Amino acid sequence: MADMVPTLSVDRLRISFSHRTGSIEAVDGVSFSIAPCECVGLVGESGSGKTQIFMAAMGLLGSNAQVSGSVRFEGNELLGVDGPTLNRVRGSQFTMIFQDPMTSLTPHLTVGTQLAEVMVTHLGMPWKDARSFAGRMLERVHVPEPKRRLNQYPHELSGGMRQRVMIAMSLLCEPSLVIADEPTTALDVTIQAQIIELLRAVRGEFGMALVLISHDLAVMAGLADRILVMYAGSVVENAIAGELFKHPRHPYTAELLKCMPSLTGPRLDRLPTLAGQPPRPGEMLEACPFAPRCPRAADRCRVERPQLEGPSTSQVACHFPLTA
Amino acid sequence: MNNILLRVRDLRVDFGAHAVIRGVSFDLCSGETLSLVGESGSGKSTLARAILRLLQPAQGSVEFLGVDLLTCPPAVLRAQRRGLQIVFQDPLASLDPRMTVGESIGEPLKIFEPGLNAGARQLRVRDMLERVGLSPGMTGRYPHEFSGGQCQRIGIARAMILSPKLLICDEIVSSLDVSIQGQIVNLLLDLRDAGMAVLFISHNLAVVRHLSHRVLVMYLGKLVEIAPCDALFESPVHPYTQALLAAVPHMPHATAAAAPAAPGELAAPGELAAPDLMASGCAFRDRCPYALPVCETSEPPLLEIAPGHWAACHRSQETLNPLSFPA
Repeated sequence: MADMVPTLSVDRLRISFSHRTGSIEAVDGVSFSIAPCECVGLVGESGSGKTQIFMAAMGLLGSNAQVSGSVRFEGNELLGVDGPTLNRVRGSQFTMIFQDPMTSLTPHLTVGTQLAEVMVTHLGMPWKDARSFAGRMLERVHVPEPKRRLNQYPHELSGGMRQRVMIAMSLLCEPSLVIADEPTTALDVTIQAQIIELLRAVRGEFGMALVLISHDLAVMAGLADRILVMYAGSVVENAIAGELFKHPRHPYTAELLKCMPSLTGPRLDRLPTLAGQPPRPGEMLEACPFAPRCPRAADRCRVERPQLEGPSTSQVACHFPLTA
Repeated sequence: MNNILLRVRDLRVDFGAHAVIRGVSFDLCSGETLSLVGESGSGKSTLARAILRLLQPAQGSVEFLGVDLLTCPPAVLRAQRRGLQIVFQDPLASLDPRMTVGESIGEPLKIFEPGLNAGARQLRVRDMLERVGLSPGMTGRYPHEFSGGQCQRIGIARAMILSPKLLICDEIVSSLDVSIQGQIVNLLLDLRDAGMAVLFISHNLAVVRHLSHRVLVMYLGKLVEIAPCDALFESPVHPYTQALLAAVPHMPHATAAAAPAAPGELAAPGELAAPDLMASGCAFRDRCPYALPVCETSEPPLLEIAPGHWAACHRSQETLNPLSFPA
């Protein structure tokens, strides 16, 4: 894999937002890459910066954002590129499925129009062909009665169905990278299982790389090859999924796994918890951001920030990582 | 545990022509934690609101400490609500942004204990903040200064300040991160141990399992299964309960070999049924792997399968035997 051009490579990405009272660091020097056809899970609590990375890559950040570093898609830089150039890949080769399928579809256009528009815009397809292609794509993501759905508006569909439409939309131009940002968080557990199953199937069928962003490690368990754990704007661990669940190395990952209530095993008297809160953005730049909550923290952790180190499939940013 | 605090009988709620709660009956004992699970649209939150008479049910009765809340005069209802408090899902939206948290938590006292002077009220508020794990010095702050988990604690403090007999929690951990979720669940466990009865509405089955004495499963406005917690998780009878449990994402355990979850058959294909399925028969039949012709024509009655374990399924006697789920 060493000589292959990665589908996405993020290098020392920093994102900060200016604010009345100063600037807030949301993403703090993140580097990672995603190989073709790889499925990477990105996990972290709300506010850890996981979504912002891809908002930056897609050029969707607000005007108060300052971005530095580099994000390359198939070798081409995406940061600082003008809109028309970005549009050659954005939404066609590199697509995103958002958390809330209601607000990410336009309420006043039919599903068919919204899907067809993607191909008319990106591939210059005539509207008629684009519509029938859209119908076939809905069929591939198992939307029942696809022909009828084309003429329906988003509000006429259930949440699960809308998410299927979003997935169909993301696949229309045969992308090489799809970002699924909390694709099942707004859905019921039975529908969540269906959508995860669908993502697994389309990944095999279309052979694209997939990034699954979630705060729920269990959602990733059956899908991701590799998992990146984010905490307070930094990647703190990067490991093969099976290894991460078996032998987490960063204390934060270990605590997170402990905190997840389980459907098996003994019923607990009290659930394990992680005391405290993540630091506010911009706080503790000189220390390990997890140190105040970490059971293993020592003096060194409070004065020296650990860097993400190790081979590309087994990295940890900790002075005292756990060993297997 | 045997004195009944809340007795709900044949409760029906209609939204226009649409039946949302279709005849639900259950009891909740004092000191008991009863969880209410089901998909969105199954009527969980509507049931909670109907119990508090925040909306007017079409039929049925809700007896709280022997008083029917649905027919009692407004003054009695108001007095009864003192013993019956609710915490809502969105912690920030359910606090007034222009009131300090001290004012929010103290407001129920102003209403129900008007004789209390400001100093005594302040003391009660500070005491309650401490009980939910926040610093008593925070009374002067505003909701936006708190995190989601802290706002949820404030919501619980406001509900608890009148020492209610029953606390209704409507999806109170759904919007929280895992690390915070455990703290709120533990707070509820503390309240439970102190003798508080809780009606816990959630779609998070793993949390429900650790928290509840009994679990009630709803599907399309009907009670389909109710059982002691262990029985429900170990031997679920209704195919819908089985499907719900099977759909929970599987977490590989640190001790077990980390095998990827097999892409098996989906437990419950399809989605919550269209209203026409409710006209007759079992509303779950179109998604049910065990459906028989009888499920289309007659509605399954709620039967007691084992002591305290009730299910509404025509095949409840069979599925209890290890007729396991199709792999």
